[in-house]
Amino acid sequence: MGSILEQLINGLRSGSIYALIALGYTMVYGIAKMINFAHGDIIMVGAYALYVLVALLNVPAIAAVVLTIIICGVLGIVIEKVAYKPLRKAPALSVLITAIGMSFFLQSVALLIFKPNPIAFKSIINVNSVRIGGITISGISLVTFIITFICMIGLTYFINKTKTGSAMKALSEDKAAAELMGINVNRTISITFAIGSALAAVAGILFVCQYQSIQPTLGALPGIKAFVAAVLGGIGSIPGAMIGGLALGLIESISKAYISSQLSDAIVFGVLVVVLLVKPSGLLGKNRIEKV
Amino acid sequence: MKKSLKKVLSLGLVSVMTASLFAGCGKKDSGSDAFIIGGLGPLSGKAASYGVSVKQGANIAVEKINAEGGVKVGDKTIQLKLNFVDDEASPDVAVSAYNTVMDNGAQAILGAVTSDAHMAITDLTNDDGILTITPSASIAGATAYPNIFRLCFTDPVQGITMAKYAIETLGHKKIAVIYNNSDPYSTGVKDAFNAEVAKLGGEIVASEAFEKDAVDFSTQLTKIKGSGAEIIFVPTYYTEASYIATQAAELSVGLPFIGSDGWDGILAQVVDAKVLEGSVFLSPFVATDENPDVQSFVEAYQKEYKAVPDQFAADGYDVVYLIKAALEKAGTTDSKDLVAAMTQIKVDGLTGSVSFDEDGEPNKGAKFVKIENGKYVAITVE
Repeated sequence: MGSILEQLINGLRSGSIYALIALGYTMVYGIAKMINFAHGDIIMVGAYALYVLVALLNVPAIAAVVLTIIICGVLGIVIEKVAYKPLRKAPALSVLITAIGMSFFLQSVALLIFKPNPIAFKSIINVNSVRIGGITISGISLVTFIITFICMIGLTYFINKTKTGSAMKALSEDKAAAELMGINVNRTISITFAIGSALAAVAGILFVCQYQSIQPTLGALPGIKAFVAAVLGGIGSIPGAMIGGLALGLIESISKAYISSQLSDAIVFGVLVVVLLVKPSGLLGKNRIEKV
Repeated sequence: MKKSLKKVLSLGLVSVMTASLFAGCGKKDSGSDAFIIGGLGPLSGKAASYGVSVKQGANIAVEKINAEGGVKVGDKTIQLKLNFVDDEASPDVAVSAYNTVMDNGAQAILGAVTSDAHMAITDLTNDDGILTITPSASIAGATAYPNIFRLCFTDPVQGITMAKYAIETLGHKKIAVIYNNSDPYSTGVKDAFNAEVAKLGGEIVASEAFEKDAVDFSTQLTKIKGSGAEIIFVPTYYTEASYIATQAAELSVGLPFIGSDGWDGILAQVVDAKVLEGSVFLSPFVATDENPDVQSFVEAYQKEYKAVPDQFAADGYDVVYLIKAALEKAGTTDSKDLVAAMTQIKVDGLTGSVSFDEDGEPNKGAKFVKIENGKYVAITVE
């Protein structure tokens, strides 16, 4: 019994990180109608930024976290301005390929600067494990849950209650109409990329504190998993990304624990296939007829 | 008329330049009396620690031999030269790295360091008939060709040895295993281990897999925690093993670990060495060994590289001495004679006294290492 609960906690923890990353995918898709494949690598940039600030420059932990988030947010804006904005009128495929290219670019730059060898990094989150009954919850898991929860609440509030949030929603509904209503499209897109990348930075920070090791490809696998989570939840839908991320983490953990650790990825993707067959737009995605 | 003159002139110039280019090439290696050892191993990437250690250990041996006057081959004394190329532990890169060292005039191959990369070049070395000694590719089939020898134990032998250690020496019956199911080294050790455990009357209560690049092992560890296991066997490379040990401590799994020889170098990968306290793994070499040869090697290595040598460094060192012994026995630098000489030599190396059988496998005893107080300590096991 205790073991089932612990497995659920494990699943929720990796699911939380997937959800944070998936939010970035889904927000960018909702507004710019593109899959930003470089998104996973923002996690990696966040991890290295934290490492440089904390381990090399001895910046205090809190300041380093804030700076890391700012660096990634700014990087998100720059990537959009440099790589995606000039292609806004281009076919979707061109933008997709540019995004993949951007992903390789970021990885290669990290390879050049930091070399391919993994770097051991001491976690900056030092919270003791908690024992409830027979269950142990590690400190980093607790912190991950709390931070993910705060991010989700904050984002939901931002989207629904602020003017910029409304602008984002309007833009994702109908870009041309939003523009006619006086919404600044460029500014809104920039803010979307900034928020998505900031969330990826948070995921990156939690990731390195969890696994305590950094390498240039660390963003690739969580990036792909989070993309699957975003599709599972319905890409373009913010609650969908949250649910998709958590669901993916849980399915992964439960299938590893109770079915087979060798087949867990096959099961995860099997579930995705089944969901998409039943509901092609994902769990919470809107069935919208594409205008031609 | 003028035009064609220009053409002839430029053609002449081009041919002179090309010729000089080739002339430069040919001169590079001939003339010197060095025997070139081509080294292959990862100098970058996840397994970089292995390749760097092998290269540095081999370098120490080459410098020592050369400083002592070189190798007596027949009636000539020749110097050794190491040409070590990065294979990134990848099969594709290993092939081009092999071609590079061959282009550089390699006369014997030290490598490859990792199993996957080694398997990619076995065909090529056989086609060239060149003497190939791998310090550490432990996969079954690594010495399938007559020209290939290995210094380390095979994967199956490692699995069997560790199973005996867990059951007969430590007296555990219920054992959990975590292995990488996308890595032939890991699955090879695991298969032999599981079979031997069953033979000795033990029980594998959990056999958990993970895939390449996995960083999260909490699910597998939680499952093992509830499985009644008394010990966890982790036949993987040090990167994964360090994640596993760290996460096991976070989850308060509280079980001892045993590992395969891929664990060597693990202490540098963990933030807190306490998570590894008491772990035991197979390693043919420990720097704290009192053997004078080992101590003088450790001293030279520390002086040169400011680091304590691990088993891979010792393997690299020993392979150079094996090549030296083969050269002296054969009396020529001819690949065919060197290969034939290998089964007739016996070398007292840093990793133990070793001789070879016809299959290219080593005859030597197992050595264990325990992590105590954040340090590697050699232990003797009956």
